[in-house]
Amino acid sequence: MEAVHEHDHDHRPSGIMRWVTTTNHKDIGTLYLCFSFLMFFFAGALALGVRAELFQPGLQFMQPEFFNQLTTMHGLIMVFGAIMPAFVGFANWQVPLMIGAPDMALPRMNNWSFWLLPVAAILLVASFFVPGGAVSGGWTMYPPLYMQSGISGDMTILAVHILGISSIMGAINIIVTIMNMRAPGMTYMKMPLFVWTWFITAYLLVVAMPVLAGVVTMLLTDRHFDTHFFNAAGGGDPVMFQHLFWFFGHPEVYIMILPAFGIVSTIIPAFARKPLFGYSSMVYATASIAFLSFIVWAHHMYTVGMPTAAQLFFMYATMLIAVPTGVKVFNWLATMWQGSMTFETPMLFSIGFVALFTIGGFTGVVLAIVPVDIQLQDTYYVVAHFHYVLVSGSLFAIFAGAYYWLPKWTGHMYNETLGKWHFWLSVIGFNITFFPQHFLGLAGMPRRIPDYALQFAEFNMISSVGGFMFGLTQLLFLYIVIQCVRGGKPAGNKPWEGADTLEWTIPSPAPYHTFVTPPVVK
Amino acid sequence: MMSNLIRKIGGGLVLAMYSMLAQAEYALNLPTSASDIASQIFDLHTITMWIIVGIAVVVYGVMFYSILKHRKSVGHKAANFHHSTMAEIIWTVIPVIILIAMAFPATKTVLAMKDGSQADMTVKITGYQWKWEYDYQQDGVKFMSVLSTPRDQIENKVPKGEHYLLEVDNPMVVPVGKKVRILLTANDVIHAWWIPAFGVKQDAIPGFIRDSWFKADAVGIYRGQCAELCGKDHGYMPIVVEVKEQADYDKWIAEQKAKAAATAQDAGKVYQLAELKVMGEKVYAANCSGCHQAKGEGMAPVFPALDGSKTVNGPKPALFDIVMNGKAGTAMPAFSKQMSDTDIAAVASYMRNAWSNKTGDVTQSSEIKALRK
Repeated sequence: MEAVHEHDHDHRPSGIMRWVTTTNHKDIGTLYLCFSFLMFFFAGALALGVRAELFQPGLQFMQPEFFNQLTTMHGLIMVFGAIMPAFVGFANWQVPLMIGAPDMALPRMNNWSFWLLPVAAILLVASFFVPGGAVSGGWTMYPPLYMQSGISGDMTILAVHILGISSIMGAINIIVTIMNMRAPGMTYMKMPLFVWTWFITAYLLVVAMPVLAGVVTMLLTDRHFDTHFFNAAGGGDPVMFQHLFWFFGHPEVYIMILPAFGIVSTIIPAFARKPLFGYSSMVYATASIAFLSFIVWAHHMYTVGMPTAAQLFFMYATMLIAVPTGVKVFNWLATMWQGSMTFETPMLFSIGFVALFTIGGFTGVVLAIVPVDIQLQDTYYVVAHFHYVLVSGSLFAIFAGAYYWLPKWTGHMYNETLGKWHFWLSVIGFNITFFPQHFLGLAGMPRRIPDYALQFAEFNMISSVGGFMFGLTQLLFLYIVIQCVRGGKPAGNKPWEGADTLEWTIPSPAPYHTFVTPPVVK
Repeated sequence: MMSNLIRKIGGGLVLAMYSMLAQAEYALNLPTSASDIASQIFDLHTITMWIIVGIAVVVYGVMFYSILKHRKSVGHKAANFHHSTMAEIIWTVIPVIILIAMAFPATKTVLAMKDGSQADMTVKITGYQWKWEYDYQQDGVKFMSVLSTPRDQIENKVPKGEHYLLEVDNPMVVPVGKKVRILLTANDVIHAWWIPAFGVKQDAIPGFIRDSWFKADAVGIYRGQCAELCGKDHGYMPIVVEVKEQADYDKWIAEQKAKAAATAQDAGKVYQLAELKVMGEKVYAANCSGCHQAKGEGMAPVFPALDGSKTVNGPKPALFDIVMNGKAGTAMPAFSKQMSDTDIAAVASYMRNAWSNKTGDVTQSSEIKALRK
């Protein structure tokens, strides 16, 4: 049936114009994924600069000013340029395929939300080359330090605005698509979990991103129009920035992890050949996490000097997040339990996700405890914590999803042997990099410093070796993806025995137009 | 050939690792506590870690057992269960109970940390880019505390000392066993004052005063660092606290008072250029060389060169203005708040006669005093 429609609808411009003008969800998904891949390598290279400088105490390769630019831009670009667009890419490809819709609900807006991204990326990358260099006050952009930035300070604010508009439009598109375009019979509680997690994530984006846009606009007017929102001398308060920033920033953490939960919840049942355990509790847990994410923001600010009651409230609320997160981990374990598991690369990365994300969850509980956090705030312990959540969490889920769906997208199987190498080298490199950072933080090494006392030398050296191992391993992933796009064993409609969502009912590669006549879900 | 090379490199690496392991002290935990609060934090962390280890053993145990036994390659057939309300309730309720148990001691410590009442003494601490100022207001003693690690160690030209980056010219000094209340603020951007052994970390926020406190258990020297990114030299503004016996502390404070009185007496003194240059070089090294560099060459384009600079060599009022009032929108602070008239006069005289600058004139502290309103 699809083949017939393919002939009817498959006319599109060729060459570059196809990509510039496309409104097809698959093309736009591909654009998002390629863009985030590029940004991932760029921001990764910045991190390698950081690790090179930290290989030994003393200044070897760069001055502190440039070091601060590297850490700041690594954070900004990884968050806004790599992880978030990658998940939007997955949503574009998979949400319509998984709910049996022919495309996204608002295809022209979809095109626009993608093409804003390169503009923002150019602003961010170009800021390295303006007088004074890129912003260097940390990705959190705290004033008054941010006020000392040069022109790059304004370029970064503009880039954040553009990225925010893009994210909000993308999120609205996803919400509208899921609400209106599900195949007949697919009730909310029959949606694949990946769709559910993205549905909830989209709401987080719609609520949180405008707050970020507002707070960076206040920074901009403080810089140029003599407002004093964050300047005590003019009646403002620098701490207000932190409250507003983290009111966005904490939901942002879940924006980057909930879709990862969705991917892993799709892959584990497929390779355990057993249905997801506790589907409805997974949905409720996701919704609870999303709600809680809005009332824990000040746990990023325990050392600013809050009233006792506020510290206690944010401590209790933060500890509470461990409950729904724990439910998710237990459900994944229960899905694996008594299954008939095989360990292809998507499954390896998913299990790696569960094992290592759990460590990030554990250290999250440690950091929730106010007195302990007072010792660990702004140390390498925090750096280790959020890299366990963002790298072995979000990024590993992105890898898992890429291996899982590449056969559907390209029509070819990837090289399984190389995929397994990629997994093992990544897991080992990642842990060599970040596990010792827990010890550095406990011993008292502050984050964001280009040089350190001698007692921190050994673990920093180990961490840098691991960093380069992890970073270079990702070139292997690039090779595997290119190889898979160019050819390989034909994938067939359904290469994974245990997969049961709608995308596996159509041919591989997925035709340009799918589900023009909606499937019926029983 | 190739395998030989690999063996050599591999062997070298193993040897290097081995010697590292043999020599290094791998600190795996929080530092030894030197205050009651720090010990409470240490214990809280220990309890939390053991709970986590316990949960981890269960979670990873189940996971690896399942990975080992419930795999297709050993012929395990998939079960088909997908729901159990009982299981869901159990693994929701048990974590809640564990968390409540953890919240009790944590709350107790939070309340203890927040109780800054009945302090024996108060010190006001101000963060500057990139140094700390300690103000013993009751005693009229006030001084700056700056990193004392030589630049050559940072640039790897000479071997690094034992307390590399954790040493200052003038440490904060407090008596042992006394409750010291600290009032924190900052002059330019947010800094954070942190001594791990005391369990104190508090942001210093410009325009606001926050308080915290500590009571040191034992005489000794305790070291920490600024914990909030504050610009270029964030990594180079350590904190050192020297804890002394009460009698030694009293002696120290008396010395400081005498020194302050002597400085006050010298305030109007007229110096020769040679004297001013010697004094000014010290002031320059502590306050200016971080950005403008030791030889005044600056760091284009952010930090302008002073060697040959028009402002430095031009009319005095323009130079005094920028030194005393700073330059808005840049990292150049207003030094009038941080330095004495004599210091500013000395550093101005030094800059106008150092490197290739040769104005030959001197600046006296009276000229600076006249500019203060």
